[in-house]
Amino acid sequence: MDHRKSTRFMLLVLSGVFAFLYIPISVLLALSFNEGGLPTAWTGFSVKWYGALFSNQDILGAALNTLIVAVVSTLMATALGTLLAIGVEIRRRKGRFLETIIFAPMIIPDIVLAIALLSFFSMLNVTMGLHTIIFSHVVFNLAFVCAVVRARLKNFDWSIVEASTDLGASILTTLRRIVLPVLMPAIVAGALLAFTLSVDEFIIAFFTAGAGRDSITLPMQIFAMIRFGVTPEINALSTIVMSVSLVALALSQRLNRGGLPGQ
Amino acid sequence: MTTIERRPEFLIAPALAWLTVFMVIPCLLILALAFFRRGTYGGVEYTFTLENLALVFDPLYAGIFLKSATIAGTSAMIAAVIGYMAAYAIVSMPKRTQPALLFFAVLPFWSNYLVRTYAWIVLLNREGLITGIARWMGYEGELPRLLYTEGAVVIGLVYNYLPFVILACYAPLSRLNPEISEASRDLGATGWTTFRRVILPMTVTGIATGFVFVFVLSIGNFVTPALLGGGQFQMIGNLVYAQFLTANDWPFGAALSMILIAIMMGLLTIQTFATERASGARHGTD
Repeated sequence: MDHRKSTRFMLLVLSGVFAFLYIPISVLLALSFNEGGLPTAWTGFSVKWYGALFSNQDILGAALNTLIVAVVSTLMATALGTLLAIGVEIRRRKGRFLETIIFAPMIIPDIVLAIALLSFFSMLNVTMGLHTIIFSHVVFNLAFVCAVVRARLKNFDWSIVEASTDLGASILTTLRRIVLPVLMPAIVAGALLAFTLSVDEFIIAFFTAGAGRDSITLPMQIFAMIRFGVTPEINALSTIVMSVSLVALALSQRLNRGGLPGQ
Repeated sequence: MTTIERRPEFLIAPALAWLTVFMVIPCLLILALAFFRRGTYGGVEYTFTLENLALVFDPLYAGIFLKSATIAGTSAMIAAVIGYMAAYAIVSMPKRTQPALLFFAVLPFWSNYLVRTYAWIVLLNREGLITGIARWMGYEGELPRLLYTEGAVVIGLVYNYLPFVILACYAPLSRLNPEISEASRDLGATGWTTFRRVILPMTVTGIATGFVFVFVLSIGNFVTPALLGGGQFQMIGNLVYAQFLTANDWPFGAALSMILIAIMMGLLTIQTFATERASGARHGTD
């Protein structure tokens, strides 16, 4: 009896927590399809707010910028992060200093890295724009790619590398034909994760974008819009942004079961 | 041994160079900046001074630190309690449903932070859903303001960081051997005593990790106070933001962030130390 009562209590706790986590997002999602656009009255299903987004030049421009930043920084971070992961795992001796530097981008508060990069770029008189956002995003993206690839390398059989070189393959051939194919699922999973992080990242982009309007990313645009209040367009835009990250994340999960950092 | 095994430095060098240029040097720069004087027209004058650090302890700014710490502490406490209960509930469910429950508890964490914060504006604003429900239920009187309050900021922070606390608490709870609590009951302890004297001490590291994480991310946060606090009050994050983007006092902004980093590093060190001690103690008594 006591046991049944406690199980019922646990179910109550779980429903409460899941309601708390999912009701706000669900309300947003539902309202984005509300014809009237008001949060207090449902006037019928409509996709007109999504249509409104696609005729808004500011939003389209910001979306394009976000795509450029995310794709370029992901590609650069994937190359750098993968090599780093292989290099670190080959070394028998783990350097504490190196480990700290690789781990740092994941724990440094965004605002600190953001102001540090802003000061750095201004002192060097670098004109800021999309390129400085990309440079900055590569910092944390490469750390996450490296973490995902390293997780896969933990149970990598290095003797196949030896076998390959013993059979006369060059280093580059061995990397290209043996190491990379084995690591590929983890590399793609890491890249998808980096892409998601970059698409969603706001604070660092905000500080390193410079003053011009033409380097505004989607999160910056959303931040500016939110400050003016609730509009049905933001609901629709939020739903799209949320779906993009969740799809990328789901793909990443599928490719690399249980390999996400923190999971 | 192959060549790449003898020379892994070639693989590490590009990424290491990147991190050095775009992370280590900028962070050192901030450290240095805190000790320079602010120029007359907002620039930086390269003379050594401790004024910026002293200014941080000025009652006005110390007050903002205290306020931020209070809000961050409240959020971390609430998140730790709810997160622990949620993780406890997940662990008490059948083994094969646990991974799915955990996945869905953590999933919101991977969606956009701004969007998750905005969702609360939709719920809490004057024409928002909560007001709507109150009206629908026949309440005609004046409703207290929900949005742009400290409470709204706390709710936003708890909401955003709760998934991490659940994850942090799930790890030690799922490793718990059920025989231990059975033994405790067999020896005559009540359910509550078993929880308080056996389960809680063995899983408190999860709560500590979750608390520190939420506190650290909250105290430097500037997005949530800006959106849900509506500029009604300042937190350190907003103050740092202002020094760099509007007030143009970079050395003071750098000094503020230095203190911020010191608080964070201090907490993380204590937490690591406590976790190591706790696991050491556990191995000792096994």
